[in-house]
Amino acid sequence: MKTFAQLGFPGRLIAVEGLDGSGKSTQIYLLKRWLEAEGIKVYFSEWNSSELVKSATSKGKKRELLTPTTFSLIHATDFADRYERHLLPLLRAGYVVLCDRYIFTAFARDVVRGCPPAWVRGNYSFAALPDLTFFFKADLEVSLNRILDGRPKLKFFEAGMDLQLSADPYESFRIFQGRILEQYLAMSKEFNFTLMDANQRIETQQSIARKIVRERIDLDEFRRHSPLPLPPPVQPQAAAAVEEEDSAV
Amino acid sequence: MKNPARQTVAVPSASERRFFGQGIPGVKLDELAGKLIVVEGADGSGRSSQIAALVNWLETLGHATVQVGLKRSTLVSEELEKAQNGNILSRTTLSLFYATDFADQLENTILPALRAGFIVLADRYIYTLMARDLVRGMDAAWLKNLYGMALKPDAVFYLEVPPEELVQRNLSKNATLDYWESGMDLGLSRDVFDSFQKYQTAMQATFRRMQRSYGFTIVNGSRPVDVVTASLQKKISAVLAAK
Repeated sequence: MKTFAQLGFPGRLIAVEGLDGSGKSTQIYLLKRWLEAEGIKVYFSEWNSSELVKSATSKGKKRELLTPTTFSLIHATDFADRYERHLLPLLRAGYVVLCDRYIFTAFARDVVRGCPPAWVRGNYSFAALPDLTFFFKADLEVSLNRILDGRPKLKFFEAGMDLQLSADPYESFRIFQGRILEQYLAMSKEFNFTLMDANQRIETQQSIARKIVRERIDLDEFRRHSPLPLPPPVQPQAAAAVEEEDSAV
Repeated sequence: MKNPARQTVAVPSASERRFFGQGIPGVKLDELAGKLIVVEGADGSGRSSQIAALVNWLETLGHATVQVGLKRSTLVSEELEKAQNGNILSRTTLSLFYATDFADQLENTILPALRAGFIVLADRYIYTLMARDLVRGMDAAWLKNLYGMALKPDAVFYLEVPPEELVQRNLSKNATLDYWESGMDLGLSRDVFDSFQKYQTAMQATFRRMQRSYGFTIVNGSRPVDVVTASLQKKISAVLAAK
């Protein structure tokens, strides 16, 4: 397996991985804001968000129709749709693509559900590796508490209830997340994860993440040649009308 | 009773079960007492007529049957239909979507029916799915891994009918040629008549190649319906009796 850079793509892909509650989504959002402000061509893609597959996935989840095999396949379908329709063309066009979760999420989660590891990896073998993968590693208790603090209603599959680890969704979630963490850590070296200490302050992590991105990717290559179009200027008459209204109050 | 043989119903022997690859997690193969019989072939090859005849015959003999086919899953059949009509999915995505549909039926219909001792008649199986993708240039090793989840059937019959005759049968039945069965997405020809023949010729060549590695039975589907049925019945009887 090769990265997009190794395959000669002009674009670069940065992925974040980690447990629910590790703060990875916050960090990649802040990376996106920074890159946009720097004038970089940037695109953000989220796990499980393809419009087309969504209705099948949500039906499967709501009605608890999914088995480990179909759970794995339907997420692979979703990923393939995003990969072929958005990620590939954007990477060909020289974008920096940011992915909140990538194939490693499936590698960890589907294997915990009991799918054969070689089968899962084979199904995703059409995908190139990210050029940079951040793994946000928080203490298991910290991640769990961030999610469970408000005693949210955990969804069936989210809590790993299909694995019948415990009749209590919160206990099930804890065991499930612990096993996913083990899977992540076991593949960390193989896929060259950049470990981030997710127990640190948000700002500290973001500074480190920005520094690493700058070191690993020559951002000047990804700048827009022309600035983004500005919003249309406010019409003078309209502005005057607002002022009059204001003074009338 | 006119036919005393029908009073005693023969119990089929146990099958030697295996998956093509790693299979479905948690399935106990020795619990699958029924039989899985697959009929493959292009539209117009006589698949549905043959399956209807086989169901009738098997039930008369005292065997319970269940029928499955592609794009019939509860989970994704609607979405798959929609995606196909819009022709908006790229190759890998469509392939995985079909695999999801297949897996859903495998786990929720085929395996439970086999566990309960039914004879499952599958109107197409992974062979059509693989052949379609192979003709479209998908990676053979990738497909082999993907469908490693599938259960190996007890018998697979591929009804082979020459493309020229398939055209005639499809036109006399529907007065039109189906977009996908003509392989129009491949851009082989802008003329659907032409494209259908080229595509079906390629599909047949692929089935012939797959036959060498998967060892299914190629059945001459050009013969009259009852002759084909009789030949299938003979082969299935052997499967049901086999030790």
